[in-house]
Amino acid sequence: MAKVGEVKLIGAWPSPFVMRPRIALNLKGVEYEFLEEKFGGKSDLLLRSNPVHKKIPVLLHADRPICESLVIVQYIDKSWPSSGPSILPSDPYDRAIARFWAAYIDEKWFPSMSGIARAQGEEAKKAAIDQVAEGLSLLEDAFGKISKGKPFFGGDAIGFLDIALGCFIGWLRVTERTQGVKLLDEAKVPGLAKWAGRFCADGAVKGVMPETEKLAEFAKLIMGKFKAPPPQ
Amino acid sequence: MADGGEVKLLGFWGSPYALRVIWALKLKQVPYDYLEEDLPNNKSSLLLQYNPVHKKVPVLVHHGKPIAESLVILEYIDETWKQSPLLPQDPSERARARFWAKFADEKCMPAMKAVFCSEGEEQQKAVLEARETLKTLESGLEGKLFFGGETINFADVATGYIGFWARIVEEITGTSLIDAESMPSLDAWSKRFLELPIIKECMPPWDKLIELNSGFLKMYLASLK
Repeated sequence: MAKVGEVKLIGAWPSPFVMRPRIALNLKGVEYEFLEEKFGGKSDLLLRSNPVHKKIPVLLHADRPICESLVIVQYIDKSWPSSGPSILPSDPYDRAIARFWAAYIDEKWFPSMSGIARAQGEEAKKAAIDQVAEGLSLLEDAFGKISKGKPFFGGDAIGFLDIALGCFIGWLRVTERTQGVKLLDEAKVPGLAKWAGRFCADGAVKGVMPETEKLAEFAKLIMGKFKAPPPQ
Repeated sequence: MADGGEVKLLGFWGSPYALRVIWALKLKQVPYDYLEEDLPNNKSSLLLQYNPVHKKVPVLVHHGKPIAESLVILEYIDETWKQSPLLPQDPSERARARFWAKFADEKCMPAMKAVFCSEGEEQQKAVLEARETLKTLESGLEGKLFFGGETINFADVATGYIGFWARIVEEITGTSLIDAESMPSLDAWSKRFLELPIIKECMPPWDKLIELNSGFLKMYLASLK
């Protein structure tokens, strides 16, 4: 068990990437100090702990920094192996599949999500939204194959891929609201639509996933200031 | 020992991503059947079947089950064949190795591609940016012989391609990316890594790599007009 003060996480409540290690720590029952970055600036601690990217999240374990959200999640899984369920699947092939889709989410799907806010004009917006929907369709397919009828990608409990995708549910809901579209559409992606509800209701996620209302207000604030996509 | 029929690798001789998978398989002495893809225009139906999402090489097929994305494949290889481990045991060292593997792919390579695909003032700017990323990669070495310390580890196998890719770009574009004076540690590491016998014997012939990538550049520039 971690000693008090031994585990700190530098982050910010709206960031889906920050949510990832928070959920992982919750799954492992590890207590941590949440060091919240103020929007618009970067603390000295952040700049010292992540000089390469200067980005959140950063995990500090006994003052040792670990960067990159999914690298942190794997670190948490390895460091507290006997606490809680294994976050990564036990079978190497299942692990490879989970990592494959996590890479897809970060390298292809999330950029298409950001693309919606950046799109100028109706046509570009529609194209961006279609891209996100296409991605969700692929992920729906993956969910069917990977979950094999169980509630999560990880099976009975939340796992690596659930965390990798689930962290974006809040922002997906904000996008649905601001763009007037349905993305987690029960008709088009029924598996994911139900999974999203289960994910957000899970004990490890509940305190960490911001309410859509709060996120929407935050989105308005930053769109107004920067006309930029959600913070990373 | 598994027979070669159990492991297949779909690759392309000019792909650095396929090459690093080959390095991993060779380091662990895992026998495999190699299937050369006729890229870029003639992808096999097998490739499209095994990697429908990206339609790219490399794809590793083990017991008939496909795995795509070279870093994902490297992790799978390390977990499945335990001899000559690539990832260290310590969780924070593992995190460090993964961090630099990601960094090379996400920052160094795109920056070098930008040098490759630009001209004049734009290229000069791209060179400066690429050198920044390489200088940062160098900081990951922490003055050691390899990312793994005295011997190579996951990060060396994953990022080793940067060493020769930079020199391909340098030769074709006439720019300087890994400079021995300002990046002595990275320069030495790249040469040291590429001289390792197993690494060296897998390298495609240099003149063919230059010819291939010069060809790509011509096609790319032609497509802009």
